[in-house]
Amino acid sequence: MRRAQALAAKREAAAERLSRADLPKGGAWVTAARENALERLHRMGLPTRRDEYWRFTRPDALITAQTAPVPLMVDEDAPQFGELDRLNLVFVDGVLDAAQSDALAMDNVEITTLEQAATQDIHWARDLFGVLETQGQAPVERPLAALNTATATQGLLIRVTGQAPRPISVTYLRGNEAGDGVVHHVIRLEKGAALTFLESGPAAARLSAVTEVDVADGASFNHIRTQGRDHGRRALTHLFARIGSDASFKSFSLTVNGALSRNEYVITLEGDDSHATVSGAVAGDGNDGPFHQDDTVFITHAGERCESRQVFKKVLRNGATGVFQGKILVSPGAQKTDGYQISQALLLDEDSQFLAKPELEIHADDVACSHGATVGAIDDEALFYLMSRGVPRRLAQDMLVLAFLSEALDEIDNDAIRDDIQTRLELWVERHSA
Amino acid sequence: MLEIKDLHVKLAEEDKEILKGLSLTVPSGEVHAIMGPNGSGKSTMSYVLSGKEGYEVTSGSATLDGVDLLAMEPEERAAAGLFLAFQYPVEIPGVGNMTFLRTAVNSQRKLRGEEELSAAEFLKLVRAKAKSLKIDADMLKRPVNVGFSGGEKKRNEILQMAMLEPKMCILDETDSGLDVDAMKLVAEGVNALRDGKRSFLVITHYQRLLDHIKPDVVHIMAAGRIIKTGGPELALEVEHNGYADLLAEVA
Ligand SMILES: Nc1ncnc2c1ncn2[C@@H]1O[C@H](COP(=O)(O)OP(=O)(O)OP(=O)(O)O)[C@@H](O)[C@H]1O
Ligand SMILES: [Mg+2]
Repeated sequence: MRRAQALAAKREAAAERLSRADLPKGGAWVTAARENALERLHRMGLPTRRDEYWRFTRPDALITAQTAPVPLMVDEDAPQFGELDRLNLVFVDGVLDAAQSDALAMDNVEITTLEQAATQDIHWARDLFGVLETQGQAPVERPLAALNTATATQGLLIRVTGQAPRPISVTYLRGNEAGDGVVHHVIRLEKGAALTFLESGPAAARLSAVTEVDVADGASFNHIRTQGRDHGRRALTHLFARIGSDASFKSFSLTVNGALSRNEYVITLEGDDSHATVSGAVAGDGNDGPFHQDDTVFITHAGERCESRQVFKKVLRNGATGVFQGKILVSPGAQKTDGYQISQALLLDEDSQFLAKPELEIHADDVACSHGATVGAIDDEALFYLMSRGVPRRLAQDMLVLAFLSEALDEIDNDAIRDDIQTRLELWVERHSA
Repeated sequence: MLEIKDLHVKLAEEDKEILKGLSLTVPSGEVHAIMGPNGSGKSTMSYVLSGKEGYEVTSGSATLDGVDLLAMEPEERAAAGLFLAFQYPVEIPGVGNMTFLRTAVNSQRKLRGEEELSAAEFLKLVRAKAKSLKIDADMLKRPVNVGFSGGEKKRNEILQMAMLEPKMCILDETDSGLDVDAMKLVAEGVNALRDGKRSFLVITHYQRLLDHIKPDVVHIMAAGRIIKTGGPELALEVEHNGYADLLAEVA
């Protein structure tokens, strides 16, 4: 009875929220997908703090019809990925800005926007848009992803047919203090295709981003994201991925600052002999304003002989909060699965906290899975060792902070990209050194 | 010159005195050895001199060339010329050995108001010194001491010492865990640094190291203070008879 009441309240909240939303109009297939998402959202209702999946992170600020304004920050660091040879596409407050963007064209890649697609029948996208999101609603409901599918008008549809000659880079700028960005990307890698997809920037006062990625047999997808430094910004992201056989999927995120960031990953290894890695480095300082960062990962092994890795490292200080919820689900028959998960926090003081919920659910007998979550402080022995060699305390501590995070950065294969991220992180650590 | 006078040290967290009136002088250019039973306070002394937390100096003094060591931060003591080769070198995952060495060298130079070494200068220097200690390029690239064998860790300590060129070198059981050849390498590394001005305080349990690094003076430490000081023959005496007679003398 209590459950039914709670559900009724959640549904009512969804109806109320949607009554205040500008529901987009568009071509037939997009409209169908949106209507489907709406229907699902009405059924699920909006998440509340009492939902198990939102135990450590309050969804409130992600649900309101309007977002609170957040001062625009002038970022004086060199633009992220600015030195890389890339196809750069710029979104301002979640809206593609063609004037600041490169042309939507590259060998082996077809790129269109969700806006354009609404009037065309792009069937590869039709088969994906909202489809992986829908599949990702079980066994855990993610109503805010459905809300995104229902309301997003902005996003990229990217189809890769071979090796993409350059990374596609999306730069999310802010122009408006109260900008509310809703972005939905769909990426399809055909057999043997390869793409590096870069995302960077603060995006909006509040961002909801859903990315659906379909990685066909033998294809390789490499995702690197840095979430911008604006102190008050909020972001909820969902990355849904379906991975075929002999394929590779990698995603790395760097989060520094931001009042609230929740990154959800729903990855399904459908084929055999594939690999998936999700990793992240997080640095939060409560002195910049509230900091709450949440990585919520759900990896399903359905095929045989697949390997998955989750590597998350978070440095937290001055009342910052880090959350990690990570699950490895091994389906019946997914033999020879190799699943690895580690989440670690380095707390630089007693005001900060790390909340972790690692989970394994295994329905096959011949698998190797391990998981671990740890919380620690700066290692005094290491600190003294460095200082005894002449390194001042502050610098020594910074070195240990970067060393701690390096294990996550090591998941980035490309040296130029890794160095770019490392530089950004070093600047942050230097600025927040104490 | 290192001068320790009537040093009393207790644990910060407990009412346990470990150094009980330690006095010791190492004039510049000399090599002194300290021997003493397990738990007598040898490592504690070296930690207190280098500024490790967890100890409280209740009385006494320690100076290097007249400068009060105990008032300084650990990094300032290092920049002032003090170096401790750790009995148990610390592993630091995620910090490359090379980065560590370069940061240490340049931090000290900065603290002393000297010009920092350029990347090229540093590289040239470290390569030459590493070669003479048979430390290969791979070990320089790896994280500090991570996965190093016991002997490799000790050689890495001597490499740091060679790079930092301190005035006063304390070697805390640098010989333990070394094979015969590595012991020779380490001793050669130390001897190469002997220049008539630099001083050494070599903590060891065995005469063998002292065959290679000839001490001018040997001290025996027991229960937190020096109970006897003599020439190199004192080490031989300990080697043959143990500490029983010496302890009985002072009891
Ligand atoms: N932090 C500490 N906490 C508790 N006891 C300590 C601490 N540091 C030193 N001690 C104690 O002080 C005494 C001296 O220890 P120390 O390590 O200095 O001896 P040592 O002479 O170096 O011995 P060894 O020859 O075995 O290396 C020992 O009894 C040791 O247990
Ligand atoms: Mg000792």
